[in-house]
Order: sequence, then structure tokens, then C-alpha cells
Amino acid sequence: MSAGVIAELEASPRTREAVDAWIGRHKFPVVVGPSITFVWRGDAEAVHLKHWVFGLPSSQSLARVDGTDVWHLTMQLPPGSRVEYKLEIVRHGKGEWIQDPLNGALARDPFGANSVAHGTGYEVPTWIHHDRAAPPGRLDEIFLDSKTFGRRSFGLYVPARFKRSRRYPLLVVHDGHDYLRYASMGTVLDNLIDRLEVADAIVVFTSSPDRLREYADDERHARYLTEDLVPFVERTFPLEAVPQSRCLMGASFGAVAALSTACRYPGFYGRLLLQSGSFAFTDIGDRNHRGPLFDPVVAFMNRFRAEPTAVSERVFVSCGMYESLIYENRSLVPMLLGTGMDVRYVEARDGHNWENWRDRLRDALSWLLPGPFLLVYE
Amino acid sequence: MPAEVIVLGSQHATPDVGAVVRERGLRGPIAIVRAGYQEREADDGALVAALGVPAVNLALHARASAVFADDPAFTAAYRDRQALLRHMQSCYRVRLEKTEDAARTIALRYFEPELLEGEDAVSVEQFRQLDANHVTRCEQVRTAFAALWHPTDRPTVARHRAELTALLAPVEALVIAGGHVASLHNRLELFDVLGLAAGKPIIAWGAGAMVLTDRIVLYHDYPPYGSDVAQVLDSGFGVAPGVVVMPDPSRRLNPDTGPAIARFARRMAPAVCVGMDLGARLDFVDGALVAGRGRHLRPDGGIDAAWTAAPVAPALLALGDSADEVPA
Repeated sequence: MSAGVIAELEASPRTREAVDAWIGRHKFPVVVGPSITFVWRGDAEAVHLKHWVFGLPSSQSLARVDGTDVWHLTMQLPPGSRVEYKLEIVRHGKGEWIQDPLNGALARDPFGANSVAHGTGYEVPTWIHHDRAAPPGRLDEIFLDSKTFGRRSFGLYVPARFKRSRRYPLLVVHDGHDYLRYASMGTVLDNLIDRLEVADAIVVFTSSPDRLREYADDERHARYLTEDLVPFVERTFPLEAVPQSRCLMGASFGAVAALSTACRYPGFYGRLLLQSGSFAFTDIGDRNHRGPLFDPVVAFMNRFRAEPTAVSERVFVSCGMYESLIYENRSLVPMLLGTGMDVRYVEARDGHNWENWRDRLRDALSWLLPGPFLLVYE
Repeated sequence: MPAEVIVLGSQHATPDVGAVVRERGLRGPIAIVRAGYQEREADDGALVAALGVPAVNLALHARASAVFADDPAFTAAYRDRQALLRHMQSCYRVRLEKTEDAARTIALRYFEPELLEGEDAVSVEQFRQLDANHVTRCEQVRTAFAALWHPTDRPTVARHRAELTALLAPVEALVIAGGHVASLHNRLELFDVLGLAAGKPIIAWGAGAMVLTDRIVLYHDYPPYGSDVAQVLDSGFGVAPGVVVMPDPSRRLNPDTGPAIARFARRMAPAVCVGMDLGARLDFVDGALVAGRGRHLRPDGGIDAAWTAAPVAPALLALGDSADEVPA
């Protein structure tokens, strides 16, 4: 038990020097088997663990070790888990959220960075790190004067081995710039393509200035992608330009945008990657507990669920077990399967965050846009 | 039909092809095919060094690229053929996956063992029918394409074939390396290289070995997306008949899936399934397997890591011109 590490401190003289030595001996948070112990050191009125694990209280108090300024909390963490968290330090009645100063592991997102705890058995994938042997693709920012939204820019990834004489599949990524920044997607593509696990592909990283509106089953967004952006890229690059070679992907509202665009243009996108989709729905009535931003999503999902139809060929769905959206995603999968589409579903012991989505990219992209690894024998 | 075909295990960091060249008394020149490496075809320095004798690269990938650039009508039809073959492969694969699902589900039924055995035989037969149907359809597509377009008569192809004929005339043997098996197969077929090299010994490994067998069988028990079922890509050239060559089993084959191995071995029968790591070898003379060693996937689901085929008859060894160079 990692609580044993606290017993070790309690058995010590509890002097400043003894605490210093104890901290120096351990890596925090302390993970032993299925348990994890969070530790903070300092003066405070209270210390709370703030995390985003759906199913557990989102705020849990750390207890102080008598005679020291050490605070601790031990909880169960199933093997393979990955949890993002912050510590709330309460002083003078006010709480301040901070990163864990004893833990250097951070995960960044558009709101800043969280500390990260890895459960037993979780390993950061090797293919997310820059590999000097993997030639990098080229990434440019392109401007498009679209009929739908006027001037918009998008990131364009061209694989390292690009040749004009070949034809390529197209991957369109919602919240693309965030995927590049927070999910290392440029490096991931370089590595997986170099390993022959993912096809050499042209990848469009698109972002929206009003994503909560445009990604929530907005007809204009689907039209922008399908009638402006994709035709532009298909005119500009040697693309295969067939449904099997067009993949739409996104996470959270981006997954809703991918599915709703595919529904508005059935048969156009033959591959979908839906990560932690915000697929909120109601079984009765139209009120949802997630707020008005979700109203158009609920309306869309209720329509889809009432009459699920095959709008693509292959759909890869992933979701974190520690997300509140796990229920919506789990219940979507049998509906997708029932349409006859080829569906794969993967869960991970993780939350609604970019590194969860990053960690699933290999599983998903190697199945949706497989490289030639199955055909190469040396 | 080449008089002699030697199939080797995967050639990674420490290739043993040079030892085979010396054993056979070959002094060169040797023709090499690296079309499976596509754009990296010309990077043949390590292979030539490993061979240890003069060698000439037939540059089939580059020649095919030149053909595609020079003959747009043919190229368009060729691309259409390839797209059709890919679509057929995709549908065949869906059927395989459903058949695999059914076989696994049925295998879990609480039936008497004899009944389960009978049902398992039906599952194997369904795989065999899917495989046979797929190969037949692939052959029909290729035959129809050849009948319509007569690839070897296309002026650019004919010009390259003339050059290849001249290159092959003085060589002692043809060495076919691995790489992308479909790309390699197509380029060997486009120029009918085996026809041009008829009678010359062939040494091959990896994808180069797979295309020489009756059927090219793709397999990988550890794909990045979790699981997959072995599939036939197409018929091969059949000069190394009666075997399923499975390169690199130490990285691709899960030895702990007895029922799946048993189904696979029975599905491929009467062909013998042989895992070919470095050091494995199959010797064919006049189309007959005369010696071999490798990892044999048995129909009972076991793997015989020290499998050997029949011993080599001494008379059949006299293809090299210097018996005293054969190492002990």
C-alpha cells in the first residue's frame, strides 16, 4: 500500500530534516500497485485534490501528518490509469489551485496545464516523442476564401515522402491546432507514417473561432468542410478523392461536428474518428442537464438515435472511462454497429483531455487509414 | 521454372545470404531485385556487400515508374485494376473477419467435443472457400487485364524488357529481396522477370520469398489496432510451391494462440506453413521442396521450432560449380 509511505513518515522523528529526507527518497505521487498517495508540503488551512475523474468526488481533502507540514491523500487508482489533477491550497479562507510542486509531469491544454498521475502499468507511448529517424512532414498554414465563412486558415500537413505522382488519403481534424499543440499530432503522424502503421496522408488541421456553435450540428460548418475546404484541398493536392480515403475526426464537440457533418453528407466521408464525443441525448423530453450549449447537440443526437443510419464505412470511437461522457459514448456504439458500419470502440482509464486523445491515435489511425505495415516483409 | 529456388529467413542486421552465395559457389554477377523497397530501391549497398560478389540492380521500381510516366492510357487502366483489386481485398477481409468471429463464437459453445470438432472443420472450410474464391477472382482480374492490354507488348515495357534481357544474360542467379509485397509482385509480373530469368537459380527472402509461392499470405498477430486475421493477397508465381512462407515470425506471430494456429494451418493445407526467421531456409529443385528448416505451424496448433524438411539428396546439391567451397 502506498499509505505505507505515510506510515514511514509518521514513524520518523518528524523534524524538518526528517521530512526533507523522506521527500528526497520518494517520487510523488507515490504509486504502489492499485493505490496512489498525493502529498503536498506547506502551511495551509486545508488542501484538496481537484481532479476530473467522473464517478469520484471532484474535491477530496488531504490530511495533515501531525507534527509536520505534510499533507496526504491515498486513493485507489486502477492499473493503467492516467489522471490529471491540481491541488487547491486554502489560506485565509481562499482556495488557490496549483500544480503539484512535487510532480514535474504536466499535461497542457488550452486552459493551462495540469499535473499528471500515472497508475501502475500506464506507459507514455513511445511514438509521441520526436524520433530523429522519422523524417518530419511539412506543416504550413493555408488561407482559404470560402463561400461559407469567408477567409479562414487551416494547417496543412504534407508527409515527408510526398510525391506528386502518388495519390493520398485526406484526414480532416477538428480543433486541429489544439491537436497539434496538446496532442503532439504532428510528431505522432511523422512517427506512425515512418513506422508504416499509418498511410502517408494529407492532413488538414482546421479550427473554428466559434466552435461551440459551429461544431454543434451547424449546417454551415458541414457545408464549409464538404463544399469549400475538401474540394479546395482535392484540387490542390493529388488526393484519392474517394470516400474510403476521406477521414473526419474530432474530440468532444469536434466529434459531434465530425458525425453531424457525415450525417449531412452521407457517403462522402468513409472514415470517422470520434474521440470522447459530446453525444448528449435525452430519452424523454428535450431538456438536458448540460446546459443550453448542448441543445442543438441533443436535438441532433436524438434524431440520429431515433433513426441511426450508415453514413460512413468505418467508425472508430474512443472514450475515457473517467469522463462523464462515457455513458453517451458507450450507448452510441451499438447503434452505430446496428447500421452495418464497421465500428471499433476503445476505452481507456483516462479523462476528457488531450493526452487521452493523443494516446488513442495509433489504434485509431492505423485502422482507419492503415499504412503498408501488413504488406512489408523484410 | 527456375532449376533451383532457395528461400531464406528474414535478413535484418546480420544477413546470411552471403553465406548461401558462397555455399552455392556463385561468383557473380548476380541480378538483384529490390523493387519491394520502392523509392529506396537503389539503396542496395548493404545487400551488394552482403552478397560479396558483383551484382546488378534490375531497378524494376524505377522502370515501372518510367512506364507509368510514358504510357498514360496503360497507366490509367493499371490504376483502375489496382483499385479493383484493393476493393476486392477489402471486401474479402470483411468476410474473413466475420468468419473468424463466427469460428470463435462457435468454439465457445457447450457442445460435445466431437460436435465442436465438426463445427470447427466447417469453419476451416469456410475460410478455404473464401481464400479460393478470392484468389480465383484476383486471377480473373489479372488475366482480363493482360488479355486487354498485353503489358509486355506495350512499347515502353518492351524496351525495358529488352534491357532486362541483356542485364540478365550474364548473371548467375537472381536475388529477390523483401519489402512491399504487392509492389514487388506487380513489378515482377509487369516485366515478367521470372520468365526472362528462366532457368537461373533464385535466392529470395521476405516479400521476395512470398511472391514465389502459390499464394501470398499476409499475416500479423500484433497489428497496431489490436488484432487481425491472416489473409491471402493474391496468387504467387508458384516456383516455390507447397509452402506458405511467413517471414519474421518472431515479431509477427503470436505462438500462444493454439486454436488460431490450428485453424490457420488447416486452412492453408496441404501447403506447409513455415515461419522464416533469420537462419531458416527452404530449398526447391525443379519445383520440389528438397530441404528445409524453419518454424512449422502444425495443424494441431503447435509450433515446431526445429522443423526440418526432407534431407537434401547429394545429386541435387551440384548446382554450384565448386563443391569444395561448400562449408562444412
